[in-house]
Amino acid sequence: MEVTATENSENESLWGGAKKPFEATYGKMMMWFFIVSDALTFSGFLVSYAFSRFKNIDSWPIADEVFNHFPFLHGVEAPMYYVALMTFILIFSSVTMVLAVDAGHHMKQSKVAFYMFLTIIGGAIFVGSQAWEWKNFIKGEYGALETRGGQILQFQNLETGKRVSLEEFAFELPTDRSTHEKSKGLWYSNESTVSEITVSEVKAGFENNEDLVIRTEKLNSFGRKTVLSRENSLAKIESASQVVQGANLVHNEYGNRLFADFFFFITGFHGFHVFSGVVINIIIFFNVLIGTYERRGHYEMVEKVGLYWHFVDLVWVFVFTFFYLV
Amino acid sequence: MGHDSHKLSIFRGYLKFKSNQQKIWGVLVFLSIVTTIEVFLGIVKPEILMTPFLKTKILNWIFIILTLVKAYYIAWDFMHIRDELSGLKDAIVLPLIILIPYLVFIILLEGDYIFNIMQEGFVSWNF
Repeated sequence: MEVTATENSENESLWGGAKKPFEATYGKMMMWFFIVSDALTFSGFLVSYAFSRFKNIDSWPIADEVFNHFPFLHGVEAPMYYVALMTFILIFSSVTMVLAVDAGHHMKQSKVAFYMFLTIIGGAIFVGSQAWEWKNFIKGEYGALETRGGQILQFQNLETGKRVSLEEFAFELPTDRSTHEKSKGLWYSNESTVSEITVSEVKAGFENNEDLVIRTEKLNSFGRKTVLSRENSLAKIESASQVVQGANLVHNEYGNRLFADFFFFITGFHGFHVFSGVVINIIIFFNVLIGTYERRGHYEMVEKVGLYWHFVDLVWVFVFTFFYLV
Repeated sequence: MGHDSHKLSIFRGYLKFKSNQQKIWGVLVFLSIVTTIEVFLGIVKPEILMTPFLKTKILNWIFIILTLVKAYYIAWDFMHIRDELSGLKDAIVLPLIILIPYLVFIILLEGDYIFNIMQEGFVSWNF
């Protein structure tokens, strides 16, 4: 070893720690390692979503019918617009992040701080938008019945083709059914609040209103939900076992249960990444303000959090496509 | 890192920028155009693109291709992969472009198979 080392001085510095592999610093390389592994994690999630969708390809909920809210536009069907806005916000905050990195290369402290600030604002707006999207999803809009087999039955007007919410037509029937409490019965079983509307109320209202028909989960050859005739609807409603309003991890009014599970899990995991990104950005922002990197002589830390931030944007590009577009 | 070691052209050199900042804005414009096309197609859903092609609609293939285009420019220009040495570039990109399509292929094939089993099997899923 000694011999070769003295023979070739270049080799000596190669192993002596002076030369960086790939001309990248340790920290940047580790950020890339993390991003590659995180990218594989997200692809695992998105692929499992795709698996469930392919498994239920003829009955998967239609995204345009689920995500059609826009702030201050109540009752207006506005599919895509809000999520498109969110996408633009995230791309724009990616741009301000790149500009911060660029300003860092030129050692312009106040510019880095300014662009970091804009990035944080963009990230915060995005997380807020996602929370709003979740709120609408959890609350639901029309409500539906669930059959014993777990299928969702939704209601619409036969003539206008418009969806009808359960509250609009369900009859109010007298009932002695109340929410089960531990103090009043089995101490080991629990019950969440009983739905305001019961199955028999929905049935009674449905039989009374001649205009109503049922739309099932099944997609027809045009990719739209199958609408049953009035007679078939009356037969179908007999298999209903419970009322579903809104969405949680077990039931959702939009259709297949897995749809809500994957929505919560994947957008939640992504939202958690954005939230962490905002927190990290805030820390770096204050470090920029107090001049840490000015004293250190370089702004590589901004570059590293920038990589993470762009990765979050990159993941959103895919989530956007596979949840909202495809 | 040298201060001005950025490669300043995109689209294989068809579009050249004077500074790195200009390139960033240029990429933003490009990404915005692509996203606008996606949103436009997603809202209009032209009937001509709804014909099935390779297991799904042509429209869905357009969405997927546009997504990959966006992903390329985010990684290459915002994450500066364009400026890295080819060794690092390959170490990052190759595992992803080998493993992810492989995973997608086997899982989707399996999903499709299970769909057929549930369609043609004797078990009723609507009890």
